[in-house]
Amino acid sequence: MKKRESRLTGVFESLKQRGQKALITFITAGDPDMKRTGEIILELERAGSDIIELGIPFSDPMADGPTIQASYDRALKNNVTIASVLAFVKDVRKKSDIPIVLFGYYNPVFAYGLRKFAKNARLAGVDGVLVVDLPPEEAGELEKELKTEGVDLIYLLTPTSDARRMKLVSRRGSGFIYYVSLTGVTGARKKLPGGIARFVRQARAFTDLPVGVGFGISNPRQAGMVARQADGVVVGSAIINVIERYKNKKDIVKRVGRFAAQLKRGMSV
Amino acid sequence: MKKLPNRSGHFGKYGGRYISETLMPAVLDLDEAYRRFKRDPEFKAELNHYLREYAGRPTPLYFAERLTEKVGGAKIYLKREDLCHTGAHKINNTIGQVLLARRMRKTRIIAETGAGQHGVATATVAAMFGLDCEIYMGTKDITRQSPNVFRMKLLGAKVHPVSSGSRTLKDAMNEALRDWVTNVYNTFYIIGSVAGPHPYPMMVRDFQSVIGLETKRQIKTEEGRLPNLLVACVGGGSNAMGLFYPFLDDKRVKMVGVEAGGLGLKTGSHAASICGGKVGVLHGAKSYLLQDRWGQIKHTHSISAGLDYPGVGPEHSFLHDIGRVTYTSVTDREALNGFMVLSQSEGIIPALESSHAVVYAINAAKKLGRRKTIVVNLSGRGDKDLDTVSKALGYKL
Repeated sequence: MKKRESRLTGVFESLKQRGQKALITFITAGDPDMKRTGEIILELERAGSDIIELGIPFSDPMADGPTIQASYDRALKNNVTIASVLAFVKDVRKKSDIPIVLFGYYNPVFAYGLRKFAKNARLAGVDGVLVVDLPPEEAGELEKELKTEGVDLIYLLTPTSDARRMKLVSRRGSGFIYYVSLTGVTGARKKLPGGIARFVRQARAFTDLPVGVGFGISNPRQAGMVARQADGVVVGSAIINVIERYKNKKDIVKRVGRFAAQLKRGMSV
Repeated sequence: MKKLPNRSGHFGKYGGRYISETLMPAVLDLDEAYRRFKRDPEFKAELNHYLREYAGRPTPLYFAERLTEKVGGAKIYLKREDLCHTGAHKINNTIGQVLLARRMRKTRIIAETGAGQHGVATATVAAMFGLDCEIYMGTKDITRQSPNVFRMKLLGAKVHPVSSGSRTLKDAMNEALRDWVTNVYNTFYIIGSVAGPHPYPMMVRDFQSVIGLETKRQIKTEEGRLPNLLVACVGGGSNAMGLFYPFLDDKRVKMVGVEAGGLGLKTGSHAASICGGKVGVLHGAKSYLLQDRWGQIKHTHSISAGLDYPGVGPEHSFLHDIGRVTYTSVTDREALNGFMVLSQSEGIIPALESSHAVVYAINAAKKLGRRKTIVVNLSGRGDKDLDTVSKALGYKL
């Protein structure tokens, strides 16, 4: 297999040359339904999102707060499966080249089959995969399969990570490093946790990979603050809150786009 | 048998540490601390002191003479874990873990609970050592095990109702993990079963293996030989691992783990992970798991809250695969029958969890013949279940 150029690092590279940071937006595949998830992705791209993090719903999302749990539940009610998510990405690729990272838990990936998952992810046009309950110690097999297919495996670092973990994750990860800004589950928070800048600085001593920061970032002002400290800003629950609020409304797609545009503006001031 | 798990916490392909990165340093620290203290004579002395003076160990190995007579087959012995302080084997493990928590200077204890027995055992040791204690429990279990909820509150614990998912043990564990990831610096998570990420399955097994060690000594005194069969119920599987583990190398001792068959395996309403599931990953470990073809976790059913869980400890999965332990299931109805028979023949009211093992042992005794012996782990007492049983039998209390 020919090694593919990572579209993820490519995006960070070209943003860097323009002096910008990446806006990474999280949505759940199939919430409120697959058709609108497709429309929302295109709208997010128009609004300035640089990377889409697409959640594969799971029945027992231990790392997530109530907002994303509820979003997963809505998607599962629509019978979303890992196979339908892969088929969906393939469909999105007819209309958009925006980098897509699949975000999820290990059991659905394991049940689907690691090799089959890696292969179909590449065929669908998936750029990266992030599995929250799969630390490098257990990820050897999936890492091998994804590498064969040229799909990035993104690992996390957290406030509890010491130098040894930073080294491990830097050596094993690809695409970018996802720094979890706080000890806790996903969810919008009023106050931004401290220590992000210091952590990113420490991580840079171990890695050349771009560092994206997520968890708890909920408004344009916070996105702007994080953008000054890291290479990318991940916003999840705050976007899901918009989806939740407008899930029965006709203008849901526009509402989500408008919020993403505000985030992007917040990052460029 | 080879000593398992290996350093990375694997029993063959099972076990491991499938958790978020935030918790990795915490479980690595715990692993290191546990390995250090389990060899520490002072730690061992303190543990034994509390097991003896506080939990009331050793528990009797009681020859159930009337039951044996009634069944008319192999001799049935009951390992009386129901006589432990707090009414179940769970205290063996919570004493061990709380002593570890103190040495690791953690000030706050959390736990998940299904039947409430582990919650009570955790609240108990937290009260004894003056530690803050918060327990997560599904709202369905809060209803069906209400006496234990009040006990936890009396002991000073805060009980958090969990209303997500199936509102049972699985969801309580999700919520406890969310708490741990949030408060990881000062909090010790006391897991109640041989489940979760490494080192929990190993550590909980070690703390519970006092059950099997005592049994071995006691049966040799009584019978002059080892038993032919060991029987224990399996939800996550801590009481079973505790009984089985010291006998694993005794090739002639057969072992049976009894899972919760609910309304019957064919109905899909059960909690028999090994008998009816396939390999997957949940709550930090790879093991047998009740899931749909897309890897979503199934809702489970058992009359017994303590067995109502879609997973099972990874070491059990391993012992199943290598054929060392046989796993089977009995239904709610059969378990109720065991509950009644033991109550009326021996004057011992067993927990619904343990009733699964009791009824299996009764049936096995009939087939085995009079010269054989069976040890049943009577893991808990049944006071907490009176409401459930009276409803199931149509009594009005």
